[in-house]
Amino acid sequence: MSAYTGTTELLRLAWRRDRVLVPLGILAIAGMAVSSAKAPLALYPTAESMGGAISEIFASPAAVALYGPIGNPTSPDSLAVVKMTMMGAVFLSLFGYAVVRRHTRSEEEAGRLELLGSGVVGRRAPLAAAVVLATGAVLITCLLTALGYIGLGMQSAGSVAFASGWAASALAFVGITAVAAQLSSTSRSCAGLAGGAIGAAFLLRSIGDSQATLSWLSWISPLGWSTQSAAYGANRSWVALLGVAVLVAGVIGSFALLDRRDLGAGLLAGRRGSAHAPASLSSPVGLAWRLGRPGFLGWLAGFVVGGLVVGGLAKSATDLIKDPGIADMLRKMGGGEGLLEDVYLTTEIGFISVIAAAFGIVVALRLRSEEVAGHTEQVLAGATTRSRVLASHTVIGLLGSAVLMLVLGGVIGVVDAAAGGSAGVGRLLASAAAHVPAVWVCIALAVCAYAWLPRIAAGVAWGALAVFLTVGEFGGLLGLPGWLIDLAPFTHSPRMPVEPFSLPPVVGLLAVAAALLAAAYAGFRRRDIG
Amino acid sequence: MSDAILVSGLRKTFWTTTALDGLDLTVSTGEVHGFLGPNGSGKSTTIRILLGLLRADGGTAQVLGADPWTDVETLHRRLAYVPGDVTMWPNLTGGEVIDFLGRLRGGLDQAKRDALLERFDLDPTKKGRGYSKGNRQKVALVAALASDVDLLLLDEPTAGLDPLMERVFRDCIDEVRADGRTVLLSSHILSEVEALCDRVSIIKDGRTVESGSLTQLRHLTRTSLSAVLDRPATAADLSALHGLHDVVIEGDRLTGSVDTERIGPVLDALGAHGIRALTCQAPTLEELFLRSYQS
Repeated sequence: MSAYTGTTELLRLAWRRDRVLVPLGILAIAGMAVSSAKAPLALYPTAESMGGAISEIFASPAAVALYGPIGNPTSPDSLAVVKMTMMGAVFLSLFGYAVVRRHTRSEEEAGRLELLGSGVVGRRAPLAAAVVLATGAVLITCLLTALGYIGLGMQSAGSVAFASGWAASALAFVGITAVAAQLSSTSRSCAGLAGGAIGAAFLLRSIGDSQATLSWLSWISPLGWSTQSAAYGANRSWVALLGVAVLVAGVIGSFALLDRRDLGAGLLAGRRGSAHAPASLSSPVGLAWRLGRPGFLGWLAGFVVGGLVVGGLAKSATDLIKDPGIADMLRKMGGGEGLLEDVYLTTEIGFISVIAAAFGIVVALRLRSEEVAGHTEQVLAGATTRSRVLASHTVIGLLGSAVLMLVLGGVIGVVDAAAGGSAGVGRLLASAAAHVPAVWVCIALAVCAYAWLPRIAAGVAWGALAVFLTVGEFGGLLGLPGWLIDLAPFTHSPRMPVEPFSLPPVVGLLAVAAALLAAAYAGFRRRDIG
Repeated sequence: MSDAILVSGLRKTFWTTTALDGLDLTVSTGEVHGFLGPNGSGKSTTIRILLGLLRADGGTAQVLGADPWTDVETLHRRLAYVPGDVTMWPNLTGGEVIDFLGRLRGGLDQAKRDALLERFDLDPTKKGRGYSKGNRQKVALVAALASDVDLLLLDEPTAGLDPLMERVFRDCIDEVRADGRTVLLSSHILSEVEALCDRVSIIKDGRTVESGSLTQLRHLTRTSLSAVLDRPATAADLSALHGLHDVVIEGDRLTGSVDTERIGPVLDALGAHGIRALTCQAPTLEELFLRSYQS
């Protein structure tokens, strides 16, 4: 029996389990990529129609930090994909990571790999099957996207280069996740390692892309490769080889680690702990805080770093834009008049509030994973109530996301002030706080989905966030009707400091969040647990 | 004596699967009650309804005089539960889980906790994922036994315990009984049930098929009989005889089973044929359960 015996059978099993999830992921990412390119292509069919201004907007350091450099400032095709390149690379990398983790560490933690391992299955087969499935999913997504772009009449070589860039990023993270799954001893710490790697890669390329002297940072970040392929410009399709190289190295490395460890264990071994529980661990919310604390601290660190980057770039970003035409355009994009720096900061804080909502959803969905694991049953067998159990993780999500936003606003303000900016700590704190109600609506929606539709809660919560993000980000470009755009809570957050504070939308958002939480409680108290 | 658990006509359906179909269960205060049935017969569903985790579709359930669905908080201060499949939070130690579950119930006796850790030979400093199945079971048992509650709901609590720990568990349950507390014990280990339980209820397909003390249940079943006769009996000779079943005649040997209360008359009738050798065997527990499970 070789170490790979049973790989095809396991691949078939993995496909059977994922026959909805994987095709859905492929179609969602490729579909979003292709549909988001249509509107810009219709607006700017030729290089002449673009003028210089638009591509220069995407060449500003602020935009570059977020979207990466534009492949070719004079190509309409390149303009059409500029917003999607980096966001799609992140989504596709997360997709590849999720597939690998799902079939390796998560399976092992659940004890199912043990059952398989006792059959005629080689030691390396489960990991090999997971990597093959993830690689296939990534490649098919890239292929469909390239075909879709060519179908829209975009340049073929450029479309191939675009897809190669995506493949480079995502394949690298397939390899990195394979290693993370061996190092970590729990599914959650695997998520921390791989997710942290994706976050670090984003940060590296964000700095590298916006600081000319540090541009080499973009080349050591797998996410940077998706823009370094310079689609519809230099067309460096060979960047895909970088991704393949990391994938191969990651697979070889993870096999080597796999051969050296026991089933069920990680290389980062678990430590011993206290024989007694601290006083704080005596209620459901105490438990939720204990379970969620490490994750929250990780997110907090991310928000501090994000605040440093956004605040640090604020002044230089806006100083560079001397052209009054571009300045005017940016103001219009920012949705109002005001200092250019304020417009930039308003946009960034609004974008990051979506990430704070993602944190809250992660925490809220822990309600579901706790129930599936049988923990909720044990807690409810104690002298506690359903409302306290439901409130536990919800409170951590709501308060945690608010703290994240305030820390973000504070850090941006302090760093900006230190760099000689004029935004002001107080105004940025207020701006960050004004975005919290919209974040809370997303979290309350996740809790409500958990209470009423526990089996599909994760899909509903993340799907809603994706829709809110897409509608908010692309709604205008896609020419979606106003009522649809209005569904996204983020569009109602007061755009401070560009605009003054406005009470009605904040009250409205808080009322929606409260109503969703009340509905969640009504559903949770009368349903079966487990 | 009042009843700690009083369930009648309990029904529960999951989508199209009927889990409980009019289940009855009475557990008297102060007794250790065995709760038996094949896999999937509805034992865990019943216990989860008694805990207020599931809502019954029909019938009534009373635990310690309270409604398990509405009086959750006050009721749960007086009971402790050990699930059949104990899962632990991977990053919490066993000691932390014991304290946490105990505090949720309104506090636990520290001296008792430490004594139980000693008796069960459990290391409380290991993190959740470091424990084997048996040790996870011990964590839940210590948490339940260390709290001062009136009722213990134990769902196959000893699956995964080694024989030494099984012995410790039996001692602990004997002490609980001596304190006058009540135990509902779901189990597949017949020797455990025989050693511990005052009364048992056997359920099948969501319905109660037998309930009573083991002596009573034994009476409901048949004694197996094997006799060698001088004058072989024919089936016709015996057809008029009440209480003799499953008769097989091979030459001079007759085997069959007799309703326990009809042993006397049957032996009298066989005596007429000249008994040369005779063995009678009371039903074993295993036969008792197999018969109930299969009926």
